[in-house]
Amino acid sequence: MTSRIKNFPGTSLSEKDFDESKVLFVHDELKADYAWDTGVGIGAYLAGLKRGVILGSRCNHCRKVVVPPRTVCEWCFHPMNDFVPVKGTGMINTFSLCYVTWDVKRITEPEIPAVIMLDGASELSESSVIMGGIMHKLGEVDPQKVHIGMRVQAVWKPEPEREGSITDILYFKPIGNE
Amino acid sequence: MRKVAVIGAGMTKFVRRALETPKELSWEAAKMALDSCELTMDNIEATCFGTAPDAFDGVHLNGEYASDGAGGWGKPFMRSYVGGGTGVFNAAQGWYHVASGMFDLVLVVAEEKMSSFYPHAQAAFLTIFDHTTERALKPNLLWIFALEMNRYMTTYGVKKEEIARVSVQHKRNAADHPCALLGEPDITVEDVLKSETLAWPVQRFDVSPVSDGAVALVLAAEHVAKRLTSKPVWIEGVGWHLDTAYWTNRDLVYPRYIEYAAKMAYDMAGIKEPRKEIHIAEPYDPFDYKALHHLEGLQLADRGKAVELYINGTAARDGNMPVCPSGGLLGVGNPIAAAGLMKIAELFWQLRGEAGARQVPGQPKRGVAQAWGDLMQVGTVVVMGR
Repeated sequence: MTSRIKNFPGTSLSEKDFDESKVLFVHDELKADYAWDTGVGIGAYLAGLKRGVILGSRCNHCRKVVVPPRTVCEWCFHPMNDFVPVKGTGMINTFSLCYVTWDVKRITEPEIPAVIMLDGASELSESSVIMGGIMHKLGEVDPQKVHIGMRVQAVWKPEPEREGSITDILYFKPIGNE
Repeated sequence: MRKVAVIGAGMTKFVRRALETPKELSWEAAKMALDSCELTMDNIEATCFGTAPDAFDGVHLNGEYASDGAGGWGKPFMRSYVGGGTGVFNAAQGWYHVASGMFDLVLVVAEEKMSSFYPHAQAAFLTIFDHTTERALKPNLLWIFALEMNRYMTTYGVKKEEIARVSVQHKRNAADHPCALLGEPDITVEDVLKSETLAWPVQRFDVSPVSDGAVALVLAAEHVAKRLTSKPVWIEGVGWHLDTAYWTNRDLVYPRYIEYAAKMAYDMAGIKEPRKEIHIAEPYDPFDYKALHHLEGLQLADRGKAVELYINGTAARDGNMPVCPSGGLLGVGNPIAAAGLMKIAELFWQLRGEAGARQVPGQPKRGVAQAWGDLMQVGTVVVMGR
């Protein structure tokens, strides 16, 4: 059928068509303000961060410890209300050197997002599921030297400045002479 | 369950920015699909519509909003939305409308207009991250892909210059697609490796483009399909599956959710040895490494070995199992929901022998299309055959 059709519909516009007012358009901004309750699991997580502790939740049925905390175990659908501290240290599961901001602005010094596997969370040997994996950024590190498997530790904001947010951890930095 | 056939397909060009609205794009694709099997809207009993987040359009309940163009008025109409997985799921949705016995003729329309979000659709993706634990870090959609790609490459020792072959082959294939946005007949691995680094290891040409476009199909129950066409293409199996919403807890190396979705579809289609029984694969390829990831999840390659299909020619249009002969999202474009349904339309045209310059030789009998999405954990799979 595609072989029988010569002209497909769809009219391509360029940025120039807008700049030169060749097409009519309406520009508007939507206002959308929210105040999200943090809930039970993440509420405990944020309260922990304010104290300088990373919490996970433990399933008393299948005995997994996962981060971030939650109230139900996805694996066995039992309650997971036992919030337990994991360590502020871990290993880089993966990372990126990112030269674009969230709203597509170019930057020369890369941001270094990473998934960090925190010590003290469960490990499943038969798969690569990352029970204690959280997303954060890396700092105090040469971008060219970052590698998967690198040991890192959380760098916290000074206590009086913490507000119960994931940004109470400023970033993770390499441990020792890594 | 009743047998269900695709009997017609239509699509618009995929462009960076379309003059037409979502309603207008939907209408163009739907009209072409109906015309292709000589039906009118009066024959259609229900409409399944697919479009990705309302955030792109800035319109709440975008399915209902676009329903007039999609042919939704005056009949059972429902929009499905599973992120990037929507387009392929949309066909599965149409399938169960007909297979269940409720409807004999169903229109399936998938549309996406990403360009309205200003200045770049990328920023709309911020809201897919968890608002409390992640958004405060100002994440970028590219992060997830870059993080997953790095993990994949490092675990299996796959090199960037190998992965770039995927982008090259798909963009070259797209040069033969009349609707393609980024068909590049002469692109080379070197061009990909020299393109701008966005979020290492992801570079500009590793990524599919933001696009506008629409695709539509007409589905029919067996007894109707046989009256309307001598060349029905059957939907032989459908599958879908979800991984954890905590993406940082997920296995970033292997997409188990694709495996489970594929097994569901293969079981339904009676496929026991997918590598022998699947003649054409249209895995979801918003990024080049994702095609590899998905080929492994679809059981069409061993883990970490999918790139060999590109190196040894198996994946080429004239290879033993062509991969993305359409040109894929990397070449044709990525108007999210429409891009997934484009893969189904491609299998329809290929299996009927109507794909023109893109036609895979050897009269292929069976193909698989797959998409992936939501917070990167939905797998949707459709097997088609003639």
